[in-house]
Amino acid sequence: MSAKTNLKKSTEPLSCTRETSLSKEQFLELYRFVKMTRMFDEITVRLKRQSKLTGGVFTSLGQEATAVGTAFALEAQDFIAPLIRDIGAVFVKGISPRTIFAQYLGKANAPSRATDVQFHFADLEKGFVGPISHLGDMIPVMTGILLASRMKKENRVAVAYVGDGTTSTGTFHEGVNFAAVQKLPLITIIENNGYAYSTPTRHQCAADNFVEKAVGYGILGLSVDGNDIVACYETMKRAVEHARSGKGSVLIEAHTYRRKGHAEHDNQSYVPNGEIEFWAQNNDPINRYERYLTTEKIASEDEMQKIVAQVSELLESELAIADEAGFPEGISAAYEVFDNRIVKPAFKKKILEK
Amino acid sequence: MAATANQEAKGLTLIEAIRQGIYEEMTRDETVFVIGEDVGAYGGAFKLTEGFIDDFGAERMIDTPISEAAIVGAACGAALMGMKPVAEFQFIDFISCGFDMLTNYAAKSRYRGCGAIQAVFRGPCGSGVRGGPFHSLNAESFFLNTAGLKMVEPSTAYDAKGLIKAAIRDPDPVLFFEHKKLYRLPRLREELPTTDYIVEIGKARTAREGKDLSIITFGAQVLNALDASDILEKEDGLQVEVIDLRTLAPLDKEAILNTVKKTNRAMVLHESSLTGGIGGEISAIIAEEAFEWLDAPVIRVASIDAPVPFAPTMEDYFLPQVSEIVEAARRLARY
Repeated sequence: MSAKTNLKKSTEPLSCTRETSLSKEQFLELYRFVKMTRMFDEITVRLKRQSKLTGGVFTSLGQEATAVGTAFALEAQDFIAPLIRDIGAVFVKGISPRTIFAQYLGKANAPSRATDVQFHFADLEKGFVGPISHLGDMIPVMTGILLASRMKKENRVAVAYVGDGTTSTGTFHEGVNFAAVQKLPLITIIENNGYAYSTPTRHQCAADNFVEKAVGYGILGLSVDGNDIVACYETMKRAVEHARSGKGSVLIEAHTYRRKGHAEHDNQSYVPNGEIEFWAQNNDPINRYERYLTTEKIASEDEMQKIVAQVSELLESELAIADEAGFPEGISAAYEVFDNRIVKPAFKKKILEK
Repeated sequence: MAATANQEAKGLTLIEAIRQGIYEEMTRDETVFVIGEDVGAYGGAFKLTEGFIDDFGAERMIDTPISEAAIVGAACGAALMGMKPVAEFQFIDFISCGFDMLTNYAAKSRYRGCGAIQAVFRGPCGSGVRGGPFHSLNAESFFLNTAGLKMVEPSTAYDAKGLIKAAIRDPDPVLFFEHKKLYRLPRLREELPTTDYIVEIGKARTAREGKDLSIITFGAQVLNALDASDILEKEDGLQVEVIDLRTLAPLDKEAILNTVKKTNRAMVLHESSLTGGIGGEISAIIAEEAFEWLDAPVIRVASIDAPVPFAPTMEDYFLPQVSEIVEAARRLARY
């Protein structure tokens, strides 16, 4: 199915679900995180254009609600493995913007020591497992996190965020199936944003919906409008309750839309004319949420503007802090291949020395 | 206890030594667990973990679907949480199905600051048992060019137990290759110390002292090298030194260079195919760092560049034979 048909043709502007238990404080916190996600992306795009970033810039424009809304339903002890478009979930888990900026800028004090890009880093204390580029690989890893949690009698839920493209990998199948067989509290969230790089979902999967895969694995499958942040939270809450109560794994398909290319260099020549604009005008998750907060009289324009100003100030000061740090020495590349107390660093061969 | 089942013959076979090593580690450290296909209820295809499930339960003897990527990935995830997984490949041939998780996740996690992977990935390797192209692999050269993975292959029962225990305690991922031809070989039966011991990873062993030439090898080929050395001593009066590498990554360069400096003639012997094999790396180390000590070019003896064939006649042709090692050594000594 094309990304476009996800959208109900309606004259009423889209809002968010009213069926929710969220408090005013939580509504505003969600707003803060979803705005932070978009504004962080705007800064990284700016930095890229200023040539301050050497690596790729991947944004979540148009799909920020999925990561933020779902992660918001987790507890502190729960684990996530996000994708490149789930920076919102990383914020919700309590990772500071300065840490992620340090990663983007390749600073020596970044958690990966600048050995790896963007948010390819970990903070296990906060339940953030460092992802790798190979899609699907994090599902088996999260399965292992949960096996350990079971052996240690800890009550954790783990979430693997994947895209529509990931569902075509072998590790997706092996991981989801193994977790299902073991009845582990794994929640796999398929963010169906219409495209894997340039490949539309119809070339990724012949089924009408990805959530149908849940039947084959014998696990609970849930489908949600990924641009409705409140629905994302409520659906995830249900999934977390199911998983945490020992009923096994859950597969969630979140319907959303990727308005930017795979990365900043991608000109999206493969996208049909008008599709991006259509989503931008009719189904932007933040516009929808702002409309919801206003019409439901949860927050005033002033309150929202105040949050935006605070986030803007925070991000700029976090960026400044991150930018103060130095870049790594070249020789840092030799360390931590193995535990250097046992195996010496992999220093460059001294060719000219006799 | 199940781990010392075979009492009538003296000493332990190589497989019993590995079994005892894992059993002891699971007993002394409750974070050690086993994961793989058929390892729990069935006790493993080679029965290496038979009965473990009775003593440690299904939670620590995890039977998985046929999913090597999931086995490796789950081991990595558990390791991030402070557990010490011992993951089994039913045959090392199937390590190819876990290659991505090993080379991209396990090998790079520490380097990327994402957490050390203290995990053992073990399984039966090796040719010469008429296993055909998919049950006979030696996989070390696939991983030699991946930084971040240690590789170990024992050739004695003592080393097998000491190395598996060291591997489980090692803070980095260790690929542990067990030559299946050696598993129950009566010749390797050995009485082992009753007290706890390990064999340090990264250290080669001198399997036989000699002064005339060195054979640098590992795994089942250590036995071929020793047999060839006996013939060479008897028929040619040559004193051959045999170095059992035991650890394939990181290589014990010091031991390699020391034996070359002692005998001035080196043969590198391995069971995987010649081209791109670990012998090339060892030969290059010798050429670069001990050139002045050499009285002859380094000679490599390895299997032919073909898949491992099934028929005994063809597999014997494929593999290095004792007679070929003897001939190669004579050529090396004459040079």
